[in-house]
Order: sequence, then structure tokens, then C-alpha cells
Amino acid sequence: MNTTVARLTARGLFGRRRILILLAVPVLLLVIAVIARNSTLDKLELAHSILGNLALGTLVPITGLIVGTGVIATEIEDGSIVYLLAKPLPRWQIVTTKLAVAVGAAWLLSALPTYLAGLILYGSADGIAAGYAVGTLVAGAAYSALFLLLGVVTRHAVIAGLAYALIWESLIGNYVEGARTLSVQQWGLSLTQAVAADGTVTAPVGLSTAVWLLIVAAVGATALASVKLAGLTLNGEE
Amino acid sequence: MAVITIDKVSRWFGNVVAVNDVTMTIGPGITGLLGPNGAGKSTLIHMMSGFLAPSSGAVTLDGAQIWRNQQVYRQIGLVPEKESMYDYLTGWEFVLANAELHGLADPGAAAKRAIALVEMEYAQERQTGTYSKGMKQRVKMASALVHDPAVLLLDEPFNGMDPRQRLHLMELLRRFGADGRTVLFSSHILEEVEQLARHIEVVVAGRHAASGDFREIRRLMTDRPHRYLVRSSDDRRLAAALIADGSTAGIELDTAEKALRIQAINFQGFTTLLPKVAREAGIRLYTVSPADESLESVFSYLVSS
Repeated sequence: MNTTVARLTARGLFGRRRILILLAVPVLLLVIAVIARNSTLDKLELAHSILGNLALGTLVPITGLIVGTGVIATEIEDGSIVYLLAKPLPRWQIVTTKLAVAVGAAWLLSALPTYLAGLILYGSADGIAAGYAVGTLVAGAAYSALFLLLGVVTRHAVIAGLAYALIWESLIGNYVEGARTLSVQQWGLSLTQAVAADGTVTAPVGLSTAVWLLIVAAVGATALASVKLAGLTLNGEE
Repeated sequence: MAVITIDKVSRWFGNVVAVNDVTMTIGPGITGLLGPNGAGKSTLIHMMSGFLAPSSGAVTLDGAQIWRNQQVYRQIGLVPEKESMYDYLTGWEFVLANAELHGLADPGAAAKRAIALVEMEYAQERQTGTYSKGMKQRVKMASALVHDPAVLLLDEPFNGMDPRQRLHLMELLRRFGADGRTVLFSSHILEEVEQLARHIEVVVAGRHAASGDFREIRRLMTDRPHRYLVRSSDDRRLAAALIADGSTAGIELDTAEKALRIQAINFQGFTTLLPKVAREAGIRLYTVSPADESLESVFSYLVSS
């Protein structure tokens, strides 16, 4: 961790108008939870729809995309990353610091609201709120790491990230069984199942598989991002 | 002593060769990297500052490879051409952050010293996003100087500066050069380079076209054949008087244009000869215009010689 890098990154991320959009989505989630609380529909079904599909399936990847790319891609795009890189700092330190800021932001903007929405909707019964909170915590961290890597390797990180989150995870992951094994969302769900009371949550990916894949994805993406950042090339005048 | 060595370096992007087999050594003092736009100056500076790998050859600082070696930044201060620089920070915060990133023992004192050096104290509490181009350039300089580097690399530092800012920056760079630092700046304007640099490296179309003392480069540039278009009260008589002198290689009487096309060999000689001859012969000069003074023609002459 480098406190200066963290400070610059956090100010860059939260100091812009983008943060309003980031805040609007979790607020919407809480509003939906409040409305659903008074519904006569089955509470567990509602919890799966709102906490599973909406929060874990949509809010978490979108937040991860915005903060993961936001902590580094913007600086690479406008060239100000030069001021970080033209320093005798190990590249992995820059990457892990930026990742820490992104993960913190993802938790604040998606895992915490998910937990609160769970409590509003379902209370603390059956470990549903806690389960989805844990699921969104790990998924938020993994998404942040993956999208940070995307921000380093491509100038079209947001498009690529959206394509991954929407096409792979939401579309293919929901219909093709094999694809679920390689879906951050499903890994998060496995942890949710592990925390929640037996029989309340079903996850298609086994717990140990999910944990290992989460670790491999997060660590691998971070290591690769460090290597790629060390070889970052500036565009010539040509 | 900090010396940057560029040894048989080429760099290509796909099919485009941006830098073609360049070898040069940049030592203490001020060096000007001169060349037209698109000549490969930025590509060279990016390689010297570790932001681009050479496709072949080696770029080193005192023998240590620069690419993928972040330790070189203890010695290098870089002033990039791009203006974006964390617009939400004030000048002070920006320079201080750079000092901290270098891991300096007393970043506050270092930032203070660097800001004083570029005389930006008066605006240090303002956000850099509100700065003029010249102010941004100076704060970028401060950020590059905050760790007291032995090498200073500046990519087109005078672009968009007004004359006063330009003079101020030149004075600053002269001071660093006099301190024995290795200062390299790029420019496409000969006059700019000439005013500042003792030593000039010229690149044209990716090739190293000339290297040496600015007087030598100036001579190379001015001693090439010059073409002039001259109109006078008596073209024929003027032509006869001019051709007798050694500084003129050929004269064509262009009857359609009603003018003389003159090819001069010696720039200095010809420009003093022409008015003298005209006055002695009682001929009035109506037009004297250089026909090929574009920078590109000057550079292409250098490459071909």
C-alpha cells in the first residue's frame, strides 16, 4: 500500500460526478427493499430476486466495472498515470493500492447496501442477509480485480467489461451450465449458500471450487495487471 | 555525471518505422532535439523516459537499461507533453504528491523548493485545472524537479507558451544546464533550440540527420542552396551583375512571372550581395522572396547531405 497513491486514486474516483451515479444505484436497491418488505409475495423468493439477481447479479458487476476501471483506466486514458509511473515505485504496489481503493469502494457501494437491503427485506433470519453480504463482498473484490486488469490492458475497458458482465455472466451463465463454473456471480452465490441456512440458497458451483477460482482470478488478475503496468507504453506522436 | 546512450535504436509500430537506427549520446548540459513534427522526437523521448521499449538496440542511463527499470526514475525528471495532471489537485498538492511518490525524506520541503524554483508560489493553492498552459508547464517542471534529478527530459516544453513564459522557462533550463545536469528538450523550431542548446541533435523522418554544436548545424542549414524569387526595375541587368559573383549558382529569367529565379550558394554572401549590387547599378528591387524556406525543405536538405 502506498498512501499517496491511495489518496490520489480515492480523490479521482469519488471526486467526480460519476460518484452520484454510483450512489444512485444502491439507494434504488434500498428503496426497492423497503417497497418489497410490505409485499404479500413469498419473502424468500423476493430475497433471491432482489439480493441475488438484482444486487449480486447486476449491482455488483456494474459497480465493480465502474470502480475497477475508474481507479486506473481514466489515468491511463488521459496520460496522467505518467506521474505515478515515472517514480521508483514497484508496479505491484501501485496496482494493489489501487485495487484496495476499488475493493473498498465496491464494498461500500454494493456489499453494504446489499446487506442493508437484506436486513430490511428479510431481517437476520436464515442468514440470508449475511449470506448475500458475503457473496457480494467476494464477488465485488473479484470483479474489481478483473476490471482493473481490463483497465490496464485495453483502452476499451468499459465496453469489454460490460460485454463480459452482460453477455457472459447474465446471458450465457444463466443458460449454459458449464459457463456458470467460470462466473464470478456464481462463485459469490456459492459463498452465500455456505453462509445462509441449509436449503435456503442453491448454488450450482461447489464451495471449494468457487473459493479456489475466486483466489486464482483475483490474484492472477492483480499479478498480470502489475506486469502489464510495468510495460505500459505511451503512444508516440505518430 | 548522467549520460543517456541511445545505441543503434530502432522503433517501429506495425509497418511504420518511427525511429530508424539512431545512435546518440546525451551528456551534461542542454541538448536540443530538433526535427519537424512526426520525425520521431516523442518516440525517442518516450524510450529515454522508459515509456516505450526500443524494437531493437538499447537505451541506457549510465549503462543501466531504462525500459522496465523503475530505479532510473531516481535520476530522471520527466516533463511530458500531455497536459492532463490530476486537475482536481492544487499546484501544491500535485507537487507534494510527486515528492511523496519519490519517497523523499522531507516531501514538504522538497515540494516547497521545487515550487519556488519555478516561481509558482502565487498560484499553488489553485487547482491545476484552472491554470494556463504556461503555468501548467511550470508546475509540471516543479513535479519533475522535486527529487533533484540529474537528468531532465522535456517533450516540446515551449508549445503554446507566450513569449514571456518562454523566456522564463529558457532561463530556468539554462540554470539547470549550468548546474551540470543533463537536460534534453525537443522542439520543431530551430530558433528555439538555437537560443538554448549548446548541442543539437536533429532527427528527420526517424533518422538521425545531424549532431553537433548549434553553429555547425546553423551553417549546415544556411549553406545549402537557397532559391529566391526577385523582381526589380531591370531584371536582365541585375541578373548579369549577380552572376558575376561567386555566391550565385544560377539565374533564370522567368518571362511569364516577370521575375528572376536565383539559386544562391552562400546564404550570408548572397543576402549582402543582392542589395549592394542593386544599389550600385541603380536598380530598384520590388520583390525578394525566398522560394523554399519551409522547415521541411531545410530538414530534407540536411538528410540528403
